[in-house]
Amino acid sequence: MRILVCVKRVPAPGSKINITADGQRVDDANLGHTTSPHEECAVEAASQLIEEHGGEAVVLTLGGVEAEEQLRYAVSVGMHSGVLLATDGGEWDPQRTAAAIASAITNLEASGGPFDLVLFGNESADSSGFQVGIRVAHTLGRPMVNGAKGLRVDGGTAHVEREADAGREAYELPLPAVVGVKEGINLPRYPTMKGRLASKKAGVVTVEPAGEAGGLAMVTLKPPPERTNETVILGNGPEAAAAVVDVLEEIGVL
Amino acid sequence: MEGTTLVVIEHDRGALAEASLEALAAARALGTRVEALTIGADADGLTDTLAAHGASTHHRAHHEMLTDYAPEAWGEVVAAAVRSMSPAVLMACGTDRGNEVLAQAAARLDLPFAANCTDLSPGDTLNMTRLRWGGSLLEEATLSAPMWIVSVAHHLHEPSEAPTECSISDLPVDLDPSLARSRVTARVEREAGVTLSSAPVVVGGGRGVGSPEGFAPLAELAAELGGVVGCSRAVTNNGWRSHTDQVGQTGTRIAPDVYIACGISGAIQHWVGAMASKNIIAINTDPQANMVTKAGHAVIGDLHKVIPAITEEIRRRRAS
Repeated sequence: MRILVCVKRVPAPGSKINITADGQRVDDANLGHTTSPHEECAVEAASQLIEEHGGEAVVLTLGGVEAEEQLRYAVSVGMHSGVLLATDGGEWDPQRTAAAIASAITNLEASGGPFDLVLFGNESADSSGFQVGIRVAHTLGRPMVNGAKGLRVDGGTAHVEREADAGREAYELPLPAVVGVKEGINLPRYPTMKGRLASKKAGVVTVEPAGEAGGLAMVTLKPPPERTNETVILGNGPEAAAAVVDVLEEIGVL
Repeated sequence: MEGTTLVVIEHDRGALAEASLEALAAARALGTRVEALTIGADADGLTDTLAAHGASTHHRAHHEMLTDYAPEAWGEVVAAAVRSMSPAVLMACGTDRGNEVLAQAAARLDLPFAANCTDLSPGDTLNMTRLRWGGSLLEEATLSAPMWIVSVAHHLHEPSEAPTECSISDLPVDLDPSLARSRVTARVEREAGVTLSSAPVVVGGGRGVGSPEGFAPLAELAAELGGVVGCSRAVTNNGWRSHTDQVGQTGTRIAPDVYIACGISGAIQHWVGAMASKNIIAINTDPQANMVTKAGHAVIGDLHKVIPAITEEIRRRRAS
């Protein structure tokens, strides 16, 4: 089978997110970068499906040239090749991003054959738009379920499971289909030495993305209101137990 | 502002999702007429509740394909409702389903969609603040479109009653049978009991717990308090606990009466899942840990010694 996984490069913040002086982006000068968490799991899901069924998996991202790092990482954990829709690294709104990805998929399929599955993350960690995968699926006319916590393929059907308030829901999507993956579906593997070598040699194609600006425009980023907090230290070590239980009694959970 | 806000109501076979009442409250705050849309005949009985929360029309969509949730079919119904009613605003609560259905509808209508908004200021464009990074960063944005599609961030508006007369309107539904391809085909109901998202007490463990076995005293304390165990992403990534226990941006958002956070540094990823807790007690060896400085109360010390002492103290008081 053929699978395409769409990922996004995001900063890996620690305990606080700083913003650049112009308010236009996260100040990532001192931060490492990673693949948005749900998408890391989408890559792992694709690797497992290829191990089970054979075939080829391609990883795609839209972003600045630095995002090649995430494509090569994905190759090191099982993808075969990468596609970089190279931007100047600035903010792309969800409609524009979706149009560019849908158009790239159409071109990739024309040259390399159809994808049975296109995987996304449930939402990106940074801009958290909750919509790019759904828009791409609609443009391509394919069924789409977001939030997948289980995914297997059986013949021409993708069996998807997800969590809902009432329990677990199952879906059976006819292929070709689009699925948005949620963290927890699997535990992503770490690259092996062989994987790292493969990632250095793998082909990464750079394509200029096409897409017109949509109607949602970021004006500025800002920190959430500072919560002033005075921490009451109840004590040190096990001797503090009585004070903790006093607090629990006060809260009313005993 | 003028016009109508159409609110998509979430329900599960007729059981209303509380989150949708938050959306009705947010819609009323815009000052428009508020109308509600339910999908599936099981939701027909919700009219009184919708009226009590300010909906002046209950639009009902019936179709045999609409008994259980179906993201594409629901999106198609919402898009059709919008085409026939031309509301000024289309709104839902920013839950998994709320965001999914609005994104499906927005794709079909070829309109922009802003997820998880906190402030909405209507003008020529809709100026808004929305959540990024699970709420640890905010974005001011504008939505330029003939109709504004927005979800409101969950847990932001308190549901509140504002009784009004509510008429019923049945929406004609014409669905392409092919959309049945993405509907729920089977359900496994959750076992009764306390869940992480609804538990009154959560005892959370982080990297400092050190091992899967290290969680036993946390589980014991949780059981003593009628609560459940939670964990940080570091714990899940180490394979110590299942992801279903993970509190955080990519795990579960919790809002217990008290969160006891043990050996958790309090990185953003975890904090945004825990920040709605009404009280936080941090137990950590590091007094400078983010979790400690953000908690209302803290114990500085080794959780492996402190937790059993707390459990013992609770049992001692109960016995006396």
